[in-house]
Amino acid sequence: MKTQNQKAWFFVLPVLLLVAFNALIPIMTVVNYSVQETFGNNLFFWEGLGWFEKLLHSDRFYSALGRQFFFTGMILAIEVPLGIIIALSMPKQGFWVPVCLVTMALPMLIPWNVVGAMWNIFTLPDIGLLGYFLNHVLGVSYDMTQDPTAAWATIIIMDVWHWTSLVVLLSYAGLVSIPDAYYQAAKIDGASNWAVFRFIQIPKMKNVLTIAILLRFMDSFNIYTEPFVLTGGGPGNSTTLLSIDLVKIALGQFDLGPAAAMSLIYFAITLLVSWVFYTLMMKDD
Amino acid sequence: MAKITLSKLRHSYYPNPSTPEDYALKEIDLDWQDGGAYALLGPSGCGKSTLLNIISGLLMPSEGAVLFDDTDVTALPPDKRNIAQVFQFPVIYDTMTAFDNLAFPLRNRGMDEPSVTKRVNEIAEMLELTDMLHNRAAGLSADNKQKISMGRGLVREDVNVVMFDEPLTVIDPHLKWKLRSKLKELHQKVRATMIYVTHDQTEALTFADQVVVMQDGEIVQTGTPVELFERPAHTFVGHFIGSPGMNVLRCDIRDGGALLNGRNIALEGDVNCLPGGLTEIGIRPEFVTFGTTGLEAVVQKVSDVGRHNVVEAMAGDLKIRAIVESQPPEKGAAVHLNFQQDQTRLYRDGWVVSSEGGQNT
Repeated sequence: MKTQNQKAWFFVLPVLLLVAFNALIPIMTVVNYSVQETFGNNLFFWEGLGWFEKLLHSDRFYSALGRQFFFTGMILAIEVPLGIIIALSMPKQGFWVPVCLVTMALPMLIPWNVVGAMWNIFTLPDIGLLGYFLNHVLGVSYDMTQDPTAAWATIIIMDVWHWTSLVVLLSYAGLVSIPDAYYQAAKIDGASNWAVFRFIQIPKMKNVLTIAILLRFMDSFNIYTEPFVLTGGGPGNSTTLLSIDLVKIALGQFDLGPAAAMSLIYFAITLLVSWVFYTLMMKDD
Repeated sequence: MAKITLSKLRHSYYPNPSTPEDYALKEIDLDWQDGGAYALLGPSGCGKSTLLNIISGLLMPSEGAVLFDDTDVTALPPDKRNIAQVFQFPVIYDTMTAFDNLAFPLRNRGMDEPSVTKRVNEIAEMLELTDMLHNRAAGLSADNKQKISMGRGLVREDVNVVMFDEPLTVIDPHLKWKLRSKLKELHQKVRATMIYVTHDQTEALTFADQVVVMQDGEIVQTGTPVELFERPAHTFVGHFIGSPGMNVLRCDIRDGGALLNGRNIALEGDVNCLPGGLTEIGIRPEFVTFGTTGLEAVVQKVSDVGRHNVVEAMAGDLKIRAIVESQPPEKGAAVHLNFQQDQTRLYRDGWVVSSEGGQNT
């Protein structure tokens, strides 16, 4: 007969405590705010689901959400294929491997706000290297403080510069783990380069690519610092992503109730998309 | 199907080889007949996989030529040679079904779909894969995956040679036997030239008509399994093939006779070699018997291996193994050993130097 006791709980307890303090309790305070109205001084008034209702009927929320999805969509559409292409063209062995890897890893080591500041200075129309070059050498009018298209192009290129490496490194790790025999067999079977990519490299990279896409989705969907430092959400509201709008409502307007409701919806969308994507990718295994 | 000729083949992984040690393959000359079953046998690192990769075209030899039916194919890439290779680990295309895996080499060569279906079904029938043809290949067991790899090699009818690079390494022991006999059966059915690389003597001896034994990048002997067992041309072959391997005993040569511990040992034939060098007597444990006279020795160990006993005896500092079918002597017993004369050979620096055909005692 199996001995039954409750000892296991004792071992799980530390983790439960940790999760409680770093996730459950903070989230519960947000839930608490989301159903109440406060004007400070610890005065709270019950709102029920009012903030959620208002939010789901506000155009401001939907346009920020739309911009957020557009940004993430562009990021994934550029960084994933680009990352795979770079990983495929990297050497598999020899002197250049560490050189490539370190060069690739460098952008990821730079803190977010520094990246924003770098690109801000880099693109200044009169003194920034890129801004000056575009305006005064090529004669292209480029000023992201005036032109929404320029602002969008800049934040997307900045993110591509900052984070494509992540996709590259993960894809590369997947690629180098493919045994030579697969390539040899493909050669013998008369497979084209495309067939090798389609039937060997992509399937073998599937797991790491899933992780790469998930990480890039979550990070780009929740991105705040870089676009905030670079454009501050402007010109106008053109680059005000969901995260930037959230901080404006929470800290700028000090509307803690609506901001809390928005945070929860934001969190739910991130969670839902990640879960659906992961489940779809893993359903074959 | 084709006859395969390897002519003065040498290969080095270094850009500028100078000493013989720089060569992974020292000098290989071989002729393989169309439709034969061959095995390349040798320990790890002896150059057998290098040789296989040169035949398949995955590797370009440093010197020498590879000929298929007397046509030089040395410079051709693998897909132009029309060969097939089965690797150590099953190589399958994970996302495809078993059927698509088998059809892949045919479709890549532009075969029309009805012929593809017909041929794939034929091969699947032969390999007993018909039931799982429409399952995803990734979900199959290791032995079925390896069968698919084999199938991809056999599916092309015009294939010149099918090569197996230790194909049973990852297969469970009880399935190894099954797959091995399947292979032999397949060879009889399709009659393609097959080359089987392995370090396992049982696999080589059961599969092949002709076994090529390699050591340190050189071929030490080519022959049928029986020849390799009965008359090893090199002490390495004697030692490597057989269980336990041949006794190799250091001896002195005096007046054309071989002496072990001062006792003259009758050899199969005359000694025809120059004096000097390392001289050894080779005798298989199967041909060592106990008698009332003969080489004096003390039994050190008796191991019962099932069908018979292996007796390990020390004659001075020489360790001699004998296979005994009947009641073995006790440990510690003083015995006299006799060597069957026509199976007792002299080796000098590893190579056999006594002439064939002495009289039986």
